[in-house]
Amino acid sequence: MFEISEINKRNQKTQKLFQILFMMMTVLLIMPVVAILGMLIYKGGSIISVDFLFSNPTNGMTAGGIFPAIFGTVWLVAVALLVSVPIGVAAAIYLSEYAPDNWLTRIINLAIINLAGVPSIVHALFGVGAFVIFFGFGTSILAASLTLAIMTLPVVIVASRESLQAVPLAFRMACWNMGATRWQTIRRVVLPNAVSGILTGVILEVSRTTGETAPIMFTGAAFFLPFLPQSVFDQTMALSLHLFVVSTQVPGVPEDLPYGVALVLIAMVLIMNSLSIAFRMYLRGKKKW
Amino acid sequence: MNQASHNVAQKSTDKYAIHTTNLNLWYGTFQALFNVNLNIKDGIITSLIGPSGCGKSTFLRSVNRINERLGYVRIDGSIDVRGQNIYAKNVEILQVRKQIGMVFQRPNPLPISVRENILFGHKIHRSGKVSSRSEQDDIVESALRTVLLWDKVKDQLDRKATELSLEEQQKLCIARLLPVKPSILLMDEPCSALDPKGTEAVEELIWELRGDYTILIVTHNMAQARRASEECIFMLMGKVIEHTATEDMFVTPKNSETADYIEGRYG
Repeated sequence: MFEISEINKRNQKTQKLFQILFMMMTVLLIMPVVAILGMLIYKGGSIISVDFLFSNPTNGMTAGGIFPAIFGTVWLVAVALLVSVPIGVAAAIYLSEYAPDNWLTRIINLAIINLAGVPSIVHALFGVGAFVIFFGFGTSILAASLTLAIMTLPVVIVASRESLQAVPLAFRMACWNMGATRWQTIRRVVLPNAVSGILTGVILEVSRTTGETAPIMFTGAAFFLPFLPQSVFDQTMALSLHLFVVSTQVPGVPEDLPYGVALVLIAMVLIMNSLSIAFRMYLRGKKKW
Repeated sequence: MNQASHNVAQKSTDKYAIHTTNLNLWYGTFQALFNVNLNIKDGIITSLIGPSGCGKSTFLRSVNRINERLGYVRIDGSIDVRGQNIYAKNVEILQVRKQIGMVFQRPNPLPISVRENILFGHKIHRSGKVSSRSEQDDIVESALRTVLLWDKVKDQLDRKATELSLEEQQKLCIARLLPVKPSILLMDEPCSALDPKGTEAVEELIWELRGDYTILIVTHNMAQARRASEECIFMLMGKVIEHTATEDMFVTPKNSETADYIEGRYG
């Protein structure tokens, strides 16, 4: 009665086949990552040194280090997030906790989705028009960072809103039924429980912003600067643009230099992502409901 | 005024904790309550029974105006709590909710310590100055003693409340209402997520609280309504069918629909 039948066998075989197929697809997925990293380390690993990381480019960018570019990227990303995170989280709190379900809210949601879909080069042109020219910031860290901020806003909003909405309604009910205002509820209960998700979204945005080139190349990133920026109104070099420049715009660059720049760029991104994953695991371990 | 409320009301010497007049309630275009006229006596336990969707939870939620947070609700008629219409213009909704606490079907302690759960209400309502540690200790101890939980959790006040057993969580959810000194407790099937032992313990607690608090309890469990309430309201399709002393309702229901429901012919 419980012995295996021919039909069982055939079904089992098909199931096995699909299981293997799906697994192979998944393995395929990690191959590009491994290949890219492997090639960068193979071709550019030799140039990485303390000196490379901490000195200025020399000889028309065909030798020396990339410190101004690393420095500039850190600045650009930091200022961008300083702007986009408070605005994005505030917007997410409004949309998740306050906004009534009406046409205005639906239009705002539609705008956020569309903003996320705007190509980065269009953001760049908007940045030139709005920040460089209209607001008169000139090509500067400020203009470039604001452009990046607008680009990162939709992701910050969506990630924050989702982590806010993942906080169970039962917690809000508990607070409201004790006579807590919406704000008391948000500050004491909703935000503390959503902060891990919000931070994860933010850190992922850091890694994406680090690699962006188009939005900064017209708004604040310079081809080459012999000095470090002194304020947010100065131009700056940036890793992503520097990679583009040494790969395509300058003659006589030794082959390992662009690979080395790319390796530094990707290492920064990977470190950021790992931090975000570790941080999320830490915060998840702490919360229980 | 309908038939039902005549049975219990009309003795002007009785003091009513909750008095509703022609209460109608709509969710959007769906009418959930029809001309509800109830007089709920002070200091006793009143149970609300009826099949799913009959409006008993909706009624409960309109008594502390929490309905308004949950979507588009329109109400006409009035609910007087101790003689004051809580839907009047000059009423502060936060005061309403403070005076009228609610307990839910699924225990919903906040994901913070036992101690902080008890102090939550106190902290959101305090006027500016921070209370001293010993003052807070007293509040925590007295609330937990009232719900018969003190001996069990006095050594684990810093433990996360969500790690307690469901029975303990539900008692904690009752306890955390007490520091802001409500006079009415609304309970929406407070035992239905608990095992029989937990149910018994929480019922016992509710019975202990009567007198100090007016308790309105929604239940699906007929046996519970019968043993743990003094008056009973039967609702059907958004209307109050019968409101009478619990023993009378279960022994000699006046209405044939009540009798059918109690005997398990539907619901």
